[in-house]
Amino acid sequence: MRESLAATLTIFKKDLRSEMRTRYALNALLMFVITTLSIILFSIGNENVSPELLSGVLWIIIFFSTMSGLSRTFVSEEERGTVMTLHLIAKPLSIYFGKLLFNLLLLGGLNIFTVLLYLLFVSGFTVLNYSIFVTTIILGTLGLASGSTIIAAIIAKANTKGTLYPVLSFPILLPLLLTVINATKLSVSGAQFSESFGEFQILISYLVVLTAISFLLFEYIWKE
Amino acid sequence: MNEIIFKTEGLAKTFNRRKIFKDISFELKENSSLAITGKNGSGKSTLLKILSGILSPTRGSIEMNIGGKIIRHDSYFKKLGLVSPYLQLYDEFTGQENLELFRDIRGIEATDNYIEDLLKLFKLWERRDDFVRTYSSGMKQRLKYAFALLHNPSILLLDEPRSNLDAEGIETVYKIMEEQKKRGILIVATNDSEDIEHCEQLIDLNKQETSGK
Repeated sequence: MRESLAATLTIFKKDLRSEMRTRYALNALLMFVITTLSIILFSIGNENVSPELLSGVLWIIIFFSTMSGLSRTFVSEEERGTVMTLHLIAKPLSIYFGKLLFNLLLLGGLNIFTVLLYLLFVSGFTVLNYSIFVTTIILGTLGLASGSTIIAAIIAKANTKGTLYPVLSFPILLPLLLTVINATKLSVSGAQFSESFGEFQILISYLVVLTAISFLLFEYIWKE
Repeated sequence: MNEIIFKTEGLAKTFNRRKIFKDISFELKENSSLAITGKNGSGKSTLLKILSGILSPTRGSIEMNIGGKIIRHDSYFKKLGLVSPYLQLYDEFTGQENLELFRDIRGIEATDNYIEDLLKLFKLWERRDDFVRTYSSGMKQRLKYAFALLHNPSILLLDEPRSNLDAEGIETVYKIMEEQKKRGILIVATNDSEDIEHCEQLIDLNKQETSGK
């Protein structure tokens, strides 16, 4: 157990160090967020868009930027041919959790960056209840990272990796997206924290179920 | 020394409907060696991947028993080392960083001195701080040997052991092959007659039978 945990942390550190040197995912993610946000700002112009609608737009940016960069953790190993090396040095679950930790850090950083830019530049988007908003961002990040990591492991074996990732992710992440959009709407409409308990229960259940399924399935996905 | 038994029973692999090989059975004990030969596409590399636990066989079983304990499939990587043309190390790290990284992920106690010895043995010490992407194909092959020997594996699997190596590198590899036979099991996939001479048993995937030489 201790050995697997140490391997998980070392794989996480390896991915972090590798990302710092190659900027495989980071640049793609940042550029995606900046260009998408710019297009949205241009298209909104001087229009008055309701904060509820802008809540959905925020998660559209987050979803597609996740799709543009998070598959890299497994795809880059597959493309560079280092998958076999990983097979030969660690147990599948250490690899999965190492990659999950890395995606979590990457997505966490990306979401903080996106939310800050969004709050700063999108004038119609005003959060009235920050406790709901922050909880939603945290649970949404955890769910998205968990879902996108296991889907990345699946699509890394496919020939059409780029197009398959959002297509396969959409049905799996849809319950999560609908719930985080609802919770964000509550945060901008000034609802009480207790009113969003239902959404949070769904998000926590989603996270637990997805992580448990990934835990059980990863070894089969990884081996073939 | 711990007793080592590595055996397979009726191994078969098919990709989609194409049969690669069938009914591969052998039993190896410590101090023994096996050469796997066969034409291109006969499944030598696939068989090595299955033996090292990277791929699952379509049929058949593998058993690794060390010191009376059966090793779980997901722990095979702790006991074996593989050198193969398909194996790639991390280009964005230096040679030394690669070895230190593999040591840390494996959680083994290979000292810095041991890593230094391996790098010197494979004539990579002078280039230890250079990124692997700047290495020649022969240097990458030598680093793969250091990677495979880092944890002193009980079973060493070599796929085309001489590929990309110069005469000095080949000589080092033959020394390693002889040392491996003294401490464990050696399995080599090759069509080179000189490589085959270093092994006591032979499987020809085109004939699919195991024979002593």
